[in-house]
Amino acid sequence: MLYAIAIYGETGVFEALSGEHQDEVMGGHHALQTALEARGDYLSVKLMPPSTAVTVDPAGSPGQAPLIVDGPFAETKESFLGFYAAEFRDLDEAISFARMISSPVARLEVRPIAWAGGVISSD
Amino acid sequence: MSDWLEATFRTQRPKALAALTRYFRDVEIAEEAFAEACVKALVDWPKRGTPRDPLAWLLTAARNAGLDRIRKAQRQQRILSQVPEDLVVSEHPVPDPDALRDDVLRLLFICCHPALERQDQIALALRISGGLTVAEIARGFLVKRKAMEQRITRAKKRIAANPVAFETPSPQERGRRLGEVSLMIYLMFNEGWSTSDSDTQIRLTLCEEAIRLARLLAELFPGMGEQGALLSLLLFQHARREARMDSTGRLVAFEDQDRTLWHRGEMQEALAWLQKAQRIDHVGPYRIQAAIAAEHAFARTADKTNWPVIEAHYAALYAMQPTPVVRLNHIAVQARTKGPEHALGALAEISGELDGYRWFHTLRAGLLQETGEPDAAVAAYERALTLGPTGPEQVVIREKIAACQKNSGSV
Repeated sequence: MLYAIAIYGETGVFEALSGEHQDEVMGGHHALQTALEARGDYLSVKLMPPSTAVTVDPAGSPGQAPLIVDGPFAETKESFLGFYAAEFRDLDEAISFARMISSPVARLEVRPIAWAGGVISSD
Repeated sequence: MSDWLEATFRTQRPKALAALTRYFRDVEIAEEAFAEACVKALVDWPKRGTPRDPLAWLLTAARNAGLDRIRKAQRQQRILSQVPEDLVVSEHPVPDPDALRDDVLRLLFICCHPALERQDQIALALRISGGLTVAEIARGFLVKRKAMEQRITRAKKRIAANPVAFETPSPQERGRRLGEVSLMIYLMFNEGWSTSDSDTQIRLTLCEEAIRLARLLAELFPGMGEQGALLSLLLFQHARREARMDSTGRLVAFEDQDRTLWHRGEMQEALAWLQKAQRIDHVGPYRIQAAIAAEHAFARTADKTNWPVIEAHYAALYAMQPTPVVRLNHIAVQARTKGPEHALGALAEISGELDGYRWFHTLRAGLLQETGEPDAAVAAYERALTLGPTGPEQVVIREKIAACQKNSGSV
């Protein structure tokens, strides 16, 4: 099944870490990316801080334009920072891969993917 | 582990101190209370895990620590008066978003109190909101630790003598505070960005602190285009940090920088902020400067720079801020769009106002050399040398003089 490993955390904490600890966190990500790369297709997304977002709220009534709000969808302590998506044998395997990027600055959510499509890369 | 915690404390610090300053009506007590809360967290969090809402945890601990301190002081002074009633309310420790917004703005505005000199405002903001040590700030400003300590103490006394009102500000007052605070952040960044002789690490820290504050303002005031634009501008600049100097510490001119060293991801974020700012119906100076920075950032090579667009931006900026320095930058761009002779003519018009400004003379010198007047160029560079260039700048100017003289000799 396809699983998503979603990453939540407090924005800015990673940036406030010492270079050494940033490298430690990134080391986990590089290990995961290398491991996923070797197995086939995967997707990896790092989002910009939630404050860069604009929210499009549904129109109040039919015929009206949707409402654009200059801010993220929800002001929360922890926010959605990014995710990985790949094929795993089962939940246990997905969790074992998620462990590679576990760190004090991130809370991870492993969730099955119902449908996935498209191809994207910023490189 | 403590490093992870320090990172959390640092990100929470401005908001926490802001809320505590309103609560205790005193910056100093707020600072001490927050420090105690952090010490408590260092012991507590590793044992019980990081709380879901670190800000709320820290504020509760800090309030208790501060109240203890106040009570103790009162007992020692045998004062019978009680802790003011409004300090012990047991509401949720984190103020609602609107109040927190004004709290943060107030704290930063206290730092840039009009009774303080610009440099002291920046030093105070670095100390209070950034939590930098006095020694670090002293290194950033190239002064002795002792001298910086005295300056900060004096600044704190000044602001205590002229307190900033704790009432919710009127919209006009809020706008005024935002303007002052934004300018202070902009100047804090420039202080770090300036090519002085202080060590690179501390200058980067100043820039990062300014970006952190700009980000905080942009997050707290999402409807204000200028604050998002300020963050955009600073991110664009900072993304070029590794290309500004070569491995030997020599300055590299903008057009000669290795653009592969620019941090593309950061420039993308800067662009995202600029685009958000551009959705808002207000064109301010930071937005124009960010748009100029964006033109440079996304030009593939220096030759591909879209100078006419940049010139139009500078013309708009000058219309908004008709200062000689903006005009000087405008003329520097006109040298590309209209040629060096035109630019020299324009410089002559502002020579009276900017005669004491070294960048006026370096720009003029470069143009004179371009138009085949190396002797006059040397004279202009020499004039710039007398106007207080920093060590790294002197090196560049001397090299230019040598190049002119070689040129002059071969004619």
